[in-house]
Amino acid sequence: MTEPTDVDDDPSVTSRRRFLREGGALMGGAVMAGGLAGGDALAATENADNLPPNVPEWMKTPGDPMGSQLYGTPSPFEKGVIKNIPKDLQQYLSASGRTPLQDLDGIITPNGLFYERHHSGVPTIDPAQHRLMLHGLVDKPLIFTMDDIRRFPSESHVYFLECSGNPTYKKPYGKTASDLVGLLSCAEWTGVSLKLVLQEAGLQPGAKWVVAEGADAAAMTRSIPIEKCLDDAMLAYSQNGERLRPQQGYPLRLLLPGFEGNMNVKWLRRLHVTAEPTYSREETSKYTDLMPNGSAREFTFYMEAKSIITRPSGGQRLNEPGFHEISGIAWSGHGKVRRVDVSVDDGKSWQEAQLQEPVLTRALTRFRLPWHWDGQPAVIQSRATDETGYVQPTLAELLAVRGDNYFYHNNAIWPWRIAKDGEVTNANA
Amino acid sequence: MPTRELYIPAVALLALACATAAQAQSAYGIGRVATPAEIAGWNIDIDRDGNNLPPGSGSVSHGRQVFDQQCASCHGPKGEGGLGDKLVGGQGTLATPKPVRTVGSYWPYAPTLFDYIRRAMPQNAPQSLSNDDVYAVSAYILNLNGLLSAETTLDAKTLSAIKMPNRSMFVGDPRPDVKNPACMTGCQ
Repeated sequence: MTEPTDVDDDPSVTSRRRFLREGGALMGGAVMAGGLAGGDALAATENADNLPPNVPEWMKTPGDPMGSQLYGTPSPFEKGVIKNIPKDLQQYLSASGRTPLQDLDGIITPNGLFYERHHSGVPTIDPAQHRLMLHGLVDKPLIFTMDDIRRFPSESHVYFLECSGNPTYKKPYGKTASDLVGLLSCAEWTGVSLKLVLQEAGLQPGAKWVVAEGADAAAMTRSIPIEKCLDDAMLAYSQNGERLRPQQGYPLRLLLPGFEGNMNVKWLRRLHVTAEPTYSREETSKYTDLMPNGSAREFTFYMEAKSIITRPSGGQRLNEPGFHEISGIAWSGHGKVRRVDVSVDDGKSWQEAQLQEPVLTRALTRFRLPWHWDGQPAVIQSRATDETGYVQPTLAELLAVRGDNYFYHNNAIWPWRIAKDGEVTNANA
Repeated sequence: MPTRELYIPAVALLALACATAAQAQSAYGIGRVATPAEIAGWNIDIDRDGNNLPPGSGSVSHGRQVFDQQCASCHGPKGEGGLGDKLVGGQGTLATPKPVRTVGSYWPYAPTLFDYIRRAMPQNAPQSLSNDDVYAVSAYILNLNGLLSAETTLDAKTLSAIKMPNRSMFVGDPRPDVKNPACMTGCQ
């Protein structure tokens, strides 16, 4: 076997790559196929020389050799499938970037497209110099290296993670599924049960909360009820089979299935077992829900049942009437999705969608409904019900109770309007 | 699982042999004991009652100087906001269509202000201010909000004694608070 070489030294490969890059640029990020397009880019790149009855050029010369990419990246024709970063922020240290939900299939978010939210940038942490300190109401305060953490019995679970402000209640509402609820992703996480680590130190009577702190420049801090810590909470070090990405808390993060994203503290360096919450800035002045009468709900941990149609969805276009599969994702912080209903007539009637197995607890669930579009204007939407029997509400139902100052935990149904020309837009906008 | 049942007594025997209380608590014997000095160096958590506030003190007037140098470029000269959050004003707005959430209008506890400034501010150099400077900046921000007189000096005791105006307005989580009847036909 030969060592991987830098194939850019080979002029023929370089020119081929340039063609691919330019071809990718022409695509303009369109990734849709069949009757559904993100724009009119597909037609612009069609080259009859590569279409039947001709043999396409990529069959007439060998492809890139083994080792061309030591860490694989998507096809250059998928270069438009990237994180959705707001363009007009005043600053980008405390900010968020969204997953392009409308461009993804299945339930697992690729690590490079996982949504991000940080409060003072992404630290670069040497795992050899990272420590987790566990102290407070414990028999034996402990310090763990990353090697120590990985010695504990491990477990893997698929869980979604969602930012609590996804989206807000006030207009303007976003154009695409990513604009609306793209602070949502799902991965298989591997780590150790937090319960095992707490038991290693020995919890003392009166231990009711665990204050988790990140090793970022915000030293981000949230208080977690002990019941959650002794239930399904994890200390995760891997995501979709590889070590966490820096944006996801490398080398260690807290994972609290079903709880608002902010509590899943990244770059985890300290667990402080206490009798009371610490009432940190993030759980008082932020991440509390302001009601119309001026009171505010605090410690609103769970993300309630929610769903959204991702295909067809805002920014896409149905190129022709006929068969189109409606597909989307549903999830609940309270457990499994029991059913998803879909309406294609602006909410007048609903039909039950098919759920892709396996339906996992506190993970994304893919739903599908076969549909024949008659070419007339339509409004389509989805409605999730979770295993507790809770039904995803409409935006109007939420606003009637919470008002529009509430900001967080908006799990409203989001309808899409399909125009006669097939253009899909946000029906609430 | 038989292997697990066998494993636990084995660990207990090992713990007896080692004869230390600490190891008797541990199932796996992973990690090492954190020393009081290590914990003191890292534990910067301050609760709503002000527990764990450090020694030191700072005056409103000194806080104005520190704020001008360290904070004003993002939060505005008078805490009116800019790149950073608005810190001042907003009292009486929370129940209106345009609520303004600031330290003065929204924050329920004053010690949390010290906790947050020390751990996260200024954003370009967190954990760089002295404890005296953090007391002083906290005092100045509370003064700008009309919650502290200009002659005040804050320390652990006086900061903990401050009652924030919005303190009683926080409630627990009553969800599920919205019920969708899940109509299937003839809806709307």
